[in-house]
Amino acid sequence: MRLAAPFRGLSQRFAVLGLVLLSVALIAVGRAEPRLLERLRVAVLDVAVPVVDALSQPVVATQRVADHVADLVSIHAENAQLREENARLLQWQLVARSLDVENRELRRLLQVPGDPPLGFVTGRVIANAGGSFVQSVLVLAGTADGAAKGHAAVAPEGLVGRVTDIGERAARVLLLTDMNSHVPVVIENSRERAIAAGDNSSRLRLLFLSPTAQPQIGDRVVTSGHGGVFPPGIPVGAVVGFRDGSPLIQPFVDIARLDFVRIVDFGLGGVLPQGAPPPSRGGRGGR
Amino acid sequence: MRPTLLQRVDLKLRQALPGLLILLCIMLSVTPLRLPDYALVAPGLVLIAVFYWTVHRPDLLRPWHACLLGLFDDILSGPGLGVNALVLTLVHWAVVSQHRVFRGKGFAVVWIAFALLAPVAIGLIALLSLVATRTSIDPAVVLAQILLTIALYPPLAWLFGRAQKLFLSGV
Repeated sequence: MRLAAPFRGLSQRFAVLGLVLLSVALIAVGRAEPRLLERLRVAVLDVAVPVVDALSQPVVATQRVADHVADLVSIHAENAQLREENARLLQWQLVARSLDVENRELRRLLQVPGDPPLGFVTGRVIANAGGSFVQSVLVLAGTADGAAKGHAAVAPEGLVGRVTDIGERAARVLLLTDMNSHVPVVIENSRERAIAAGDNSSRLRLLFLSPTAQPQIGDRVVTSGHGGVFPPGIPVGAVVGFRDGSPLIQPFVDIARLDFVRIVDFGLGGVLPQGAPPPSRGGRGGR
Repeated sequence: MRPTLLQRVDLKLRQALPGLLILLCIMLSVTPLRLPDYALVAPGLVLIAVFYWTVHRPDLLRPWHACLLGLFDDILSGPGLGVNALVLTLVHWAVVSQHRVFRGKGFAVVWIAFALLAPVAIGLIALLSLVATRTSIDPAVVLAQILLTIALYPPLAWLFGRAQKLFLSGV
């Protein structure tokens, strides 16, 4: 429809004003009632995820080639290192076997009930969402695969974060390093409790550590299981330094290089309200 | 003579190019590229794209396009719904209202204008993210992001310029 120029200018101005008001309203609603907009977010996410996934394919392919070339270059050094490590691990295997037998024997004597079986689903990381203000990743696994809000996300090296948004096909995982992430942890050797808090940098800070605790550089930090979000004993990171007297933790997981994460249902409801259907046990790849 | 169906589809596709390229930038900004400090530059891609196309083809990028694309970015990257929608709409409005300044001017003037606008836009995004998600934000990160985004403008603008010449010269 053709409108007279001045009239069109006016309507455009009103359109801009309308759009600004709409955006402000969205921010206000999102702040006051985050759950109201959650369904919209999840619906759009489900549609967008296959597209992002397709777009990331060439990137993934290029990286694979680059990694392959890099592997070829370092193949000799790596081989020697792996042989050495293998020899060491074989010794550890002996130790682990005897400990496993002993552990099982002791459990039987004390009649400790076995751990419940874990359901998990493995998903590919398809997007680093959030940029510099929110640290989260999108993972290609959703309610259709048995994942649910509040589930823990782990990589082979250790804890990655927890699921905060979930759609049918995709989940948003809030990373350990996000400013809103607070994980109850213990220092593995001294059993001192603390909270590992993210601050959007690549490291975590240890908060609420008792003043008598004296963590050393290199001390391992694992989840304590308090708060009911994460089960105890998942590796989180190691103490690498101190800032303003509080220890800094380097996460074991290299967040910039996450390819796959496992979304694990530890059977803990956690502090997050369960909006999604009840967690199903033994999703795809369940043990 | 009435254009054939194919010609009309071709024209529509060409006219949608700015929007599609911005969409691509949004997708790229969340794709894990494993480049060092990519997370710092990523949000700037979208800002650059919206600025470039508003300056060069405001007839093909309307305010509601900017708002919708911003909303999509919000949903995908998640600092809070409405933040990018608002900022991109305002950026569009600011550029359109100063259109006379840009008309017929060389690259340098446009870049300087972007360098003036980018701190305001990124600062506003940071501030609104703060309001929307109640997290604190490191000013050093915001500053680094502003500088990187300004530095990234020339190469991206060159790419967009090539696309414009290739597909939009007669549209």
